[in-house]
Amino acid sequence: MLSILGFIWMLIVGLIVLGFIAGSAMFLIWMERKVSAHIQSRFGPMRVGWHGVLQSIADAVKLLLKEDIRPAGVDKLVWWLAPFVVVVPSVMVFVVIPFGKSLIVKDLNVGILYIMAVSSVGVIGIFMAGWGSNNKYSLLGGMRSAAQIISYEIPLVLSMIVVAMQASSLSMQKIVAAQSGHWYILHPNLTLAFVVYLISATAEVNRTPFDIPEAESELVSGFHTEYSGMKFAMFFIGEYTNVFIISAIATTLFWGGWNGPILPPVVWFLIKTYGIVFILMWARWTFPRVRVDQLMGFAWKALTPISLVNLAITGWLLLR
Amino acid sequence: MDTTQTKDIYTEEFLINMGPQHPSTHGVLCLELKLDGEFVKECTPHIGYLHRSMEKIAENRTYTQFIPYTDRLDYVASMNNNLGYVMAVEKMLNLEVSQRAQYIRVIVAELNRIASHLIAVGTFAQDLGAFATPLFYCFREREKILDIFDQICGNRLTYNYMRIGGVQFDFPKGIDEKIKDFVKYMRPKVDDYDQLLTYNTIFLSRSKHIGVLPKELAISYSVTGPNLRASGVKWDLRKDEPYLVYDKFEFDIPVGKNGDSWDRYKIRIEEIRQSLRIVEQAIGALPEGDPTVKVGRIHKPSSSGIYFRTENPRGELGFYIVGDGSVCPYRLKIRSPSFSNLAVIPELVKGLKIADLVCVLGSFDILMGEIDR
Repeated sequence: MLSILGFIWMLIVGLIVLGFIAGSAMFLIWMERKVSAHIQSRFGPMRVGWHGVLQSIADAVKLLLKEDIRPAGVDKLVWWLAPFVVVVPSVMVFVVIPFGKSLIVKDLNVGILYIMAVSSVGVIGIFMAGWGSNNKYSLLGGMRSAAQIISYEIPLVLSMIVVAMQASSLSMQKIVAAQSGHWYILHPNLTLAFVVYLISATAEVNRTPFDIPEAESELVSGFHTEYSGMKFAMFFIGEYTNVFIISAIATTLFWGGWNGPILPPVVWFLIKTYGIVFILMWARWTFPRVRVDQLMGFAWKALTPISLVNLAITGWLLLR
Repeated sequence: MDTTQTKDIYTEEFLINMGPQHPSTHGVLCLELKLDGEFVKECTPHIGYLHRSMEKIAENRTYTQFIPYTDRLDYVASMNNNLGYVMAVEKMLNLEVSQRAQYIRVIVAELNRIASHLIAVGTFAQDLGAFATPLFYCFREREKILDIFDQICGNRLTYNYMRIGGVQFDFPKGIDEKIKDFVKYMRPKVDDYDQLLTYNTIFLSRSKHIGVLPKELAISYSVTGPNLRASGVKWDLRKDEPYLVYDKFEFDIPVGKNGDSWDRYKIRIEEIRQSLRIVEQAIGALPEGDPTVKVGRIHKPSSSGIYFRTENPRGELGFYIVGDGSVCPYRLKIRSPSFSNLAVIPELVKGLKIADLVCVLGSFDILMGEIDR
C-alpha cells in the first residue's frame, strides 16, 4: 500500500517537474534576453506581455509553425535523432534533483553517480548533430564539443566526488541533509571544488567563455547550423535545461540545497539556483571566448591537477 | 588537394569556403581555406562581390558629382573619404580653403575616425567571442557621433558633406557645445574598454602573439594605418605629411611593439584618445568665418596626374586623378588602404588555428566597401 502511494507521489512530482522543465527553459530564455539586454544597455523584449515575459511562448509558436527543413545529403537517422539525444538526458537528470524535502522524483542512493552517467550522454547528441548535418562547420563544431566535454568531465566529476566524500553519501537528499547546519560553500576546500565545478560545468554546457562548439564568429553556430524550426528549438531547450541543471546541482552540492530559514524550501532552492544561473549569464555576456587548445590546456593543466590535489586534501581532512 | 596515408587511417585536407556569407568576414569577403583539422594550411581571399565600378563611374561624373560616390568607399568613415577626394581636386585646382572650413574638416574627420575605430574595436571583440556586449557599447558611443553628424549635415552614414572649396554647411548653432560634451563623455568610456577588454586575461591570451606582422613584411606589402603603426613603424600622414591644419595640434602617434593582433587593437584604442585630443583643441580654436564654397560647381582642371593621400582610419587613402580639361576626370584611381591590408593576411595565418584566423582578420579591420570599390 505504502509503495503504491509512494509511486503515485513519484508520478505527481514527476509530472510537476516535467511541467517545470518546459516552463523553466522558457523562463530562462526570457531571463537571458533580459539580462543580456540590460548588460548591453538595451531593453530586450518589451512587446509581448509585461516586459516581454511571453516572448518565449511567441518564439516557441513561431518555431513550431516553421517548415521542417532537411538539408540535402544529411545522415537521416543520425540527424533526426540528435536533438532528442541532447534533450532527453538533461530531462532525465531532473529525477534526482531535490526541490524540497519530499519534492524529488526519486531519491536514488547513487544520485551523483546517476547525474554523472546520464548528463554525459548529451555530448553524443551534439556529436551526432555535427556528424549528421553534412556541413563542414558543423563537423568542426561536433569534433570540438567531443574533445571539450570529455576533457571537462574529469574535473567536474572530481569536484563532485569531494562533496560525496564530505557527506559520505551519493544520495542527493542526504547531501542536502548533511548541509542543514552549515552549507558546504563555507568550507575552503569545498569552495575550491565549487569554483572548479562551476568552470567545468560552464564548459560542459558550451557557454561562453567555453562556447567553442558553436562559436558563432568562427563556425557559424557549429553543430546546429543546419537545424531549423522545432529541431533547433530542441537544442535551445536542451541548452537552457542544462544551464538550470548545472545551477541546481551546484545549489544542492555546495549551497545547502533547499535549506534556509523562514521561506519555504522550494523558494530557497529556486533563489539559489537562479542566482547561480545569473552568474553564468553575467559571465557569458562579459567574457571573450577561449581558443580550443587553450580550453583543453586549461582543463588538463590547471583544473584537473587542482581538483586532484583538492581531493587529496579533503581525504586528509576527513581522516585526520 | 593533398592526401596522406598514414598506416590505415586515410586523411584528407578540408577545403572550406569561409564567406561571402559568414558572420566574421566583415562584409562579402570569401576566404578559401585549406584546413588540417583546426589548423589553417592555406588561405586565399577572393574579392569582388561588392564591385561597383566606382573608378569607371568617376569618368562619367563631374568632379562635384563624384563626392557622394566616395561616401560608399569606406562607408563607416565617409567624412575621411570625402576629405581625401575633395582635397585631391583642390590640389588640382590650386584652390585655397578658408580657415574655418579647414578646422571643421579636421573636427568631422577626427570624429569620424573615432566612430570608425569604435566599430573596429567592437567587431574585433565580437570576433573573439565577447558576445555582442562590447559591440553594443561601441555602437552606443558611435551613436552620439552620428547624432552630431546628423545635425551638421543631415546624414548618419553617407555624409556627402565636403565640397570642393569648403564644406556644404557651416556648423549649426550649439554644435560645438555638443562636441565638447561628447569629448567629455567619451574619455571615461575608453577607459571602460580597457577594463572590459584590453587587459582581460582571455582577451590577452587570444590576441597576444597572434598574427605577428613584422616591420619589413608590413612595409613590403604596403600595409598602412594603425596596422602599420602596430608593427612599430611611426608613419602617420597627419604628422609626416601634414595636410589641413593638423600641424597646429598637439597629438601623439601611438606605435606598437610586436605587431600582433593585440597591438593592432590597442593602437586603435589609443588613437581614439588622440583623436579626442585633436577634436578638443580644434573646437577650442575654431576660427570665425564662412566655411561654405565660394567657387562654382563646375570645375575643368587639367593635369597629367596628381596624387593626393590622407590618413584614413584604416590607412593611407590616395586619389590619383588625371584631368583633360573637361568637366569629368579623364581617369580616377583610388588607392584604398584595406586592399593592401587584406593582401598581407594570407601570409600571417598559415599554421594558425581557424579561431586565430578570425582574430587576425578582425584585428586588421578591413572593409569590403573600399576593397571592391
